[in-house]
Amino acid sequence: MSKHRKQTSVRTIAWRIVLGLGGLTVVMVSLMRGNNIALFNSRGMIAHEQRQLMIHIVVILLVIAIPSLFLLYFTAWKYRESNVKPPRSSKAPGKHSRMLVSTIWLIPSLFALVLALIMWPAAHTLDPKHTIDPGTQPLTIQVVSMRWKWVFIYPEQHIATVNFVQIPEHTPVKFMLTADEAPMSSFWIPNLGGQLYSMTGHQNQLNLVGDMQGDYTGSSAEINGAGFADMKFTARVSPRDAFDFWVSDVKLSGNKLNEAEYQKLLKPSQNNPPTFYAAVDSDLYDKVLMKYMSSMGEDAYMTDMGNHE
Amino acid sequence: MKEFLLGKLTDQSLPHEWFTIGGTIGFILLPIAVLAILVRIKGWKWLWGEWLTSVDPKRIGIMYFIVAGFMLVRGGLDALMVWLQQALAPSTAVLGAAHGYLSADHFQQIFTAHGNIMVFFVAMGFVFGLINYIVPLQIGARDLASPFLNTLGFWLYVGGVLMVNMFFGLGGEYAATGWLAVAPLSDLQFSPGVGVDYWIWSLQISGIGTTLAGINFIMTILKMRAPGMTLWKMPLFTWGSLCSMIMVVAVFPLLTATLFLMFFDRYFGMHFFTTTLGGNAMMYTNLIWMWGHPEVYVLVLPAFGIFSEVVATYSRKAIASYGSQVIAMFGVTLFALSVWLHHFFTMGAGADVNAFFGVMTMVIAIPTSVLMFGWIATMHKGRIKFTLPMMWFLGFVGIFAIGGMSGVVLAVPPADFQLHNSLFLVAHFHSNVIGGVLFGIFAGINYWFPKFAGFRLNERIGRQAFWCWIVGFCLSFIPMYILGIMGATRRLDHYDPSTGWQPFYIMMFIGGLIIAVGVALQIVQVIASAIQKRQLVDTTGDPWDGRTLEWATASPPPSYNMAVIPNITTRDPLVEFKKNGFPKQPYEDIHMPYNTASGIYIAACAFATCFALVWHINWLAVAGLVGVVVCFIARTFNDKTEYTVTAKEIEKLEYDREEADRAKKPEPGEDMSLWEFIKIAVAWALGLIGLKRRAHGN
Repeated sequence: MSKHRKQTSVRTIAWRIVLGLGGLTVVMVSLMRGNNIALFNSRGMIAHEQRQLMIHIVVILLVIAIPSLFLLYFTAWKYRESNVKPPRSSKAPGKHSRMLVSTIWLIPSLFALVLALIMWPAAHTLDPKHTIDPGTQPLTIQVVSMRWKWVFIYPEQHIATVNFVQIPEHTPVKFMLTADEAPMSSFWIPNLGGQLYSMTGHQNQLNLVGDMQGDYTGSSAEINGAGFADMKFTARVSPRDAFDFWVSDVKLSGNKLNEAEYQKLLKPSQNNPPTFYAAVDSDLYDKVLMKYMSSMGEDAYMTDMGNHE
Repeated sequence: MKEFLLGKLTDQSLPHEWFTIGGTIGFILLPIAVLAILVRIKGWKWLWGEWLTSVDPKRIGIMYFIVAGFMLVRGGLDALMVWLQQALAPSTAVLGAAHGYLSADHFQQIFTAHGNIMVFFVAMGFVFGLINYIVPLQIGARDLASPFLNTLGFWLYVGGVLMVNMFFGLGGEYAATGWLAVAPLSDLQFSPGVGVDYWIWSLQISGIGTTLAGINFIMTILKMRAPGMTLWKMPLFTWGSLCSMIMVVAVFPLLTATLFLMFFDRYFGMHFFTTTLGGNAMMYTNLIWMWGHPEVYVLVLPAFGIFSEVVATYSRKAIASYGSQVIAMFGVTLFALSVWLHHFFTMGAGADVNAFFGVMTMVIAIPTSVLMFGWIATMHKGRIKFTLPMMWFLGFVGIFAIGGMSGVVLAVPPADFQLHNSLFLVAHFHSNVIGGVLFGIFAGINYWFPKFAGFRLNERIGRQAFWCWIVGFCLSFIPMYILGIMGATRRLDHYDPSTGWQPFYIMMFIGGLIIAVGVALQIVQVIASAIQKRQLVDTTGDPWDGRTLEWATASPPPSYNMAVIPNITTRDPLVEFKKNGFPKQPYEDIHMPYNTASGIYIAACAFATCFALVWHINWLAVAGLVGVVVCFIARTFNDKTEYTVTAKEIEKLEYDREEADRAKKPEPGEDMSLWEFIKIAVAWALGLIGLKRRAHGN
């Protein structure tokens, strides 16, 4: 302990850390270039506001964290053994002034207050249920998550799709989420906004809007079994007329999502290609919901038992 | 008949895939072999009588370290396997897998096991080891309030460890549900195999052990402190432990109940959390997180305590703003119980509920910052020695700050909708658990090692291990934050190459390898220190110029901890004793508990029951339960639980020890370098296989 090899000085270590982190940053930035940085690459109003909120919070946090961290490392360095003369006298443990105590409680409390004041209204305006624009009639899309695919039903257009959803730009979309014979899944299109769970016998409402044309990947963010990683879909944001054209195109395809077809979909399968249905039973979605609600899900229990036999 | 005897067990349950065979050899047969070697060298009597049946919290603490250390390697291998799969997945497919080298199901089992092992059997194991060893010494207690409960708790924990590894040998599948086995995924409908049952029972059995330990330590800390040590004079590690144990007692029964409900669903076909017949999976999510969130604080509060001790000792100053530190720890304890909902803002609870829990989560940042400022104030005007524990502290601060900030971002519901279930979240809690808990444990082990073993740990190799951890951590978890921002969800066994994520996953794997080197170096550090223990010997019992009571006794302490329990008048009793002399009081008779095997028997019966319930072997379940009850009753009839060490014997023991310590002059010499260690190890290995004659001829 007494004898020491020449130790690397704090300055050298500090330089190495700075260089290392700098190098890492350069590598990361160059690797990120050209890829979809989904959370920053906001393509809709909701995603944009969520991103702005995140950035604001991070900036406020850095305002307190950087000086505090600097203070801590600086104090550690300044009062290092070799820099301080041996004890002048063994002082009694210093009484710490009220000033110090109140400061260390007050500063973080103030920051927490500021953050809370930002968060409370944001949590309300950006609540998934919150209607985006009361003046515009939103497009309603009913979503049923299954093992391991997403079924989209357009109740107003009377069409349905699997693993593909197209929406007109600048139009608020109301996704009504539920699940059928599947564990909890989470419906997430990061470029358009945050996620929400889809659960059996339960309806969640997620309001999103697409403001820029393009194809965005959606997925299940919550693990739900073996096909989890492939439970992806494409969300296409297109101009209004292209959307209308697409709807009429789908209507020509001749496929129909009826009870028999639906039962086929319910069977667990992975990596389903996008599928389009020209017509859909108008009460299909309600039936899916009611399957778990009627007599507390006895119907679902019966079909479940049937499947096992 | 066969079904009656063996339940669902068939010859298909025996290992027949490469990973189950490997796992069986590695994690079941290897420990058995190690035990066999120990028995051969030191004898069964020594192992059984001195260690396995011991009720001495110091020995139980060491046993916790050994099991937890072993599990750290096990959980670390899981992490490397997960990262390797993700690094390979988009471009390679080997070993018959569709992507990478693992099937989706197998991959999901591995990360589930990784999470369970790291939280329950590594972090909890180490934290309980430290609390066992240090808290009684710090408060001047001779043993625990109930030494028997302590050994029982330890053996139940070992039962959990066995259960989590058991699937290699029998069944070949673990839960593939994520570490909390979210319902309804974990229900029979979606997970029909035995994996989730293994999960339930490994958590159940160790969780009950944890509850017992929690009760025991609360009793010990509240009732067995040295005379004069008021609560307001307790060392901060003891405070952190007390807060943590209060939380254990508050939330672990919740885990037990939730696991039972899940078990009822799976075993008796009930409908608590199923999708059908009125089951409510959202209730499961609530219950499991009401326990799961405080669980993290159960781990981190003792770590905060460790850092407080380390900073005060090496700054050679009393801890600044002690009162604030205690209140801050208590604040964390209270608030931690009211934030669980932030784990599922995305379940759709509504704006008011989400906002409330978001605010509560931010409030936790206040006491945490206060602790941080308290450490700065402690270092201020100190004379800081940059020893290893101090290095771990400085590493902790940086990483924990990143983890804390990302935590506050996640606590904002609208931001959480984007970040939840992404790799950003995974990086966040790894920053806190590795940076906070694990670094705290490492600081604690380096700090108290002389107390455990009688010699210090090698600083040189320890530093190299530290830097491996830091570099490895940055290389694995900074890319993980970035991947989260790029929209990568957690738990993906493969992904599209066009996402451009692969280089980041490869970096993560490389970082993982560097961390693995760090762990290897830590093992080398302990071995090298043992080789060199004559140089590193600590004869004073106080190698760091400590401030608290654990340094007032010999290293390692005698079974009765200290011959004379002093009167405490200040927060840093040892500082005062060093100034005014250690109070010499007459020796008194000491009552010590006898070692007992009851804990092992009860835990073994409980293990048999749990194992039987995994495989539906009903007769064994009943037999095990009867065994537990019988062993308990038999134990209560045992009146000879204590023996007395007379004052005379103590005088002689103390005299002998002082003589022995005086004879042990530390030999001069520097800490061994890694290179020197390798040379010694190679020479030893060559000698072992007879390639090289013993050069020195002794």
